[in-house]
Amino acid sequence: MKVEIFIPCFVDQLFPQTAFNMVHILECAGCEVEYNVAQTCCGQPAYNAGFQDECGIVARKFIAGFSGENYVVVPGGSCTGFVRNYYKQLFKGSDLEEQVITKPSLFYEFSSFLTDILGVEDTGAALEGVAVYHDACGALRECGVKAAPRTLLNHVRGLKVVETEDAERCCGFGGTFAVKYEPISVSMGEQKVLNAIAAGADYIISTDLSCLMHLDGYIQKHNLPIKTMHIADVLIS
Amino acid sequence: MTTYKQIFIEESRKKGIDPEHRRKINHSLLQSDIAFQKGIPQFSHLQSAKKAANHIKRTAIENLDTYLLRFEKHFTQNGGKVIWAATAQEALDAVDRICKEVNARLVVKSKSMVTEEIHLNPFLSSKGIEVVETDLGEYIQQLAGEPPYHLVAPSMHKSKEEVADLFHEKLGASKGLAPEALTQFARKILREKYVQADIGITGVNFLLADIGGVALTENEGNGRLSTSFPKVHIAVTGIEKILPSVRDLGLFWPLLATHGSGQQITVYNSIFTGPRKTGEKDGPEKMYVILLDNGRTRLLADPKARESLYCIRCGACLNVCPVFRNIGGHTYNSTYGGPIGSVITPHLKGMQQYAHLSQASSLCGACTEVCPVGIPIHELLLYNRQLSAKNATRLEKLGWRIWANACSNRSLMNMNGGKIKNKVIRILFSGAWGANRDLPKFASQSFNQLWRKQRQ
Ligand code: SF4
Repeated sequence: MKVEIFIPCFVDQLFPQTAFNMVHILECAGCEVEYNVAQTCCGQPAYNAGFQDECGIVARKFIAGFSGENYVVVPGGSCTGFVRNYYKQLFKGSDLEEQVITKPSLFYEFSSFLTDILGVEDTGAALEGVAVYHDACGALRECGVKAAPRTLLNHVRGLKVVETEDAERCCGFGGTFAVKYEPISVSMGEQKVLNAIAAGADYIISTDLSCLMHLDGYIQKHNLPIKTMHIADVLIS
Repeated sequence: MTTYKQIFIEESRKKGIDPEHRRKINHSLLQSDIAFQKGIPQFSHLQSAKKAANHIKRTAIENLDTYLLRFEKHFTQNGGKVIWAATAQEALDAVDRICKEVNARLVVKSKSMVTEEIHLNPFLSSKGIEVVETDLGEYIQQLAGEPPYHLVAPSMHKSKEEVADLFHEKLGASKGLAPEALTQFARKILREKYVQADIGITGVNFLLADIGGVALTENEGNGRLSTSFPKVHIAVTGIEKILPSVRDLGLFWPLLATHGSGQQITVYNSIFTGPRKTGEKDGPEKMYVILLDNGRTRLLADPKARESLYCIRCGACLNVCPVFRNIGGHTYNSTYGGPIGSVITPHLKGMQQYAHLSQASSLCGACTEVCPVGIPIHELLLYNRQLSAKNATRLEKLGWRIWANACSNRSLMNMNGGKIKNKVIRILFSGAWGANRDLPKFASQSFNQLWRKQRQ
């Protein structure tokens, strides 16, 4: 199967290895991966700040960068959810109205693409230790991804996944919120990390690197005995 | 000059690092979540129930003028009197007139957020009238001299020990009373107040247009006592509390109960349809309903923001909000806290001063997911951001324009250590990643650059 990928801007700049891991897993599962090197950003940051027009400029270019013939796989639910659910509103009444009905529905968060479309539940990965899974808000609420990452993680040899009461609670990243409202963002992240440690976890695993980057920032600063991992990095272990 | 936003951020910081606050709120919210999870199964299909409720509220709000007039007509026919108040001051003046008419010395109140909104208690006190809150949580808050902390659980941030201390200090109760004893103690005091009170003031959960009725939901029976002993009953409500028909309660009562307190149905549900009629044994001699606008028609005028008027004040969005959990109810510095408060407060009290409430959200969407009447709360926060972006600083506007440019051009994004990139990031991310988080490390080459090298 031919698939296109979108690598969100901060993944592109900060976590290229995770993106390559996703590509390898997709290729191992028999996909032919295409990447449009001209792609940049889905426009979400501007939209969340209230700047719809600026978002529109970027989103217009973004959506033109995909063929509309293949699935688009994304290592994260945040951008995926934004494209799927907000483009319709964004381009309502514009010349793109038709395009944003068909194209966004092809976008898939990586783990749910593996289970729901490719039917892959076991990537043959092995990782020793205890993990909590963090439901990233974009994946959970915008894309409805809940079972997929758990199914995949449960097949990882040596890994024990424990459920916590706060699995679905936001980690406090939220884009510019993380800097503009730093005290709230930090205390949200702190509770997430401390709860994971209290659950005996060695790892916090999630679909979204934005959450993990924020949590890892807290962990590193405080030298805490826990590690964040993107699901693609786990599934290739 | 210190702005509301600066105060908000400072208070957030204080609450965020207060371990006692965190412990109490987490405990309290865990209890409410357990109750909520137990309550949900009473709906065989919760999503359909919410959809139906959304439809009813949409109909009610889209035709608000019709239904309010219908309510007025029927309530007046029942012998009650409707008072329209455009502002908080008009509502206060109306209450004042009624108090003067009956020469009121003592008013008992059952829980009402609208009377908090218009600051009724200090107003009555300034007129020399004693006001007593009869809902236990509100009574505690009144003793402590604090506004309610949460829409339905006003004193959820106080431990039982703190309440015992408060009763000891303010009422002379013996030290260290247990919750049951405290309740008994309060009940004894309140019972006397009910019989002595000249006026009972309540809020309203639902206005029923077809029968001219006022529906009141409570768990302690204090609402009934506040309305049956005094000669006058005044119900104060926002105009949005309307439902087309008494029959809608079959859906709204259980929805409110489950989302508010995890119950299947709240203990006391009363419908008041006017004052005592000839031949009836009890009830007040006079009954007034004050319909308050106080900025709500501004929300109504905006087709998008209008949806926030569907709110039934169940408080569920507060309970699931991670921001509320960390900063608590008082930090919002507004009558209505939590997600729905952050949506409506900027409209009710001024976008300039309160826009930060709509910004102070990670947009996680837990509020929208839980709301029983299907208000797209986090989308309305986004909508408020769009409105306030119009007043953004020139620098911020410029920042986003440069950003849009940069994101439209891959070669700009691939620039290494580009000065523009850093500058834009500094403008847009004004503030700090903070002393509490290490900065992420940039990869020496982006995925894009690596892909070009390896695969092309
Ligand atoms: S917005 Fe929805 S969840 Fe929040 S208080 Fe109102 S009805 Fe309840």
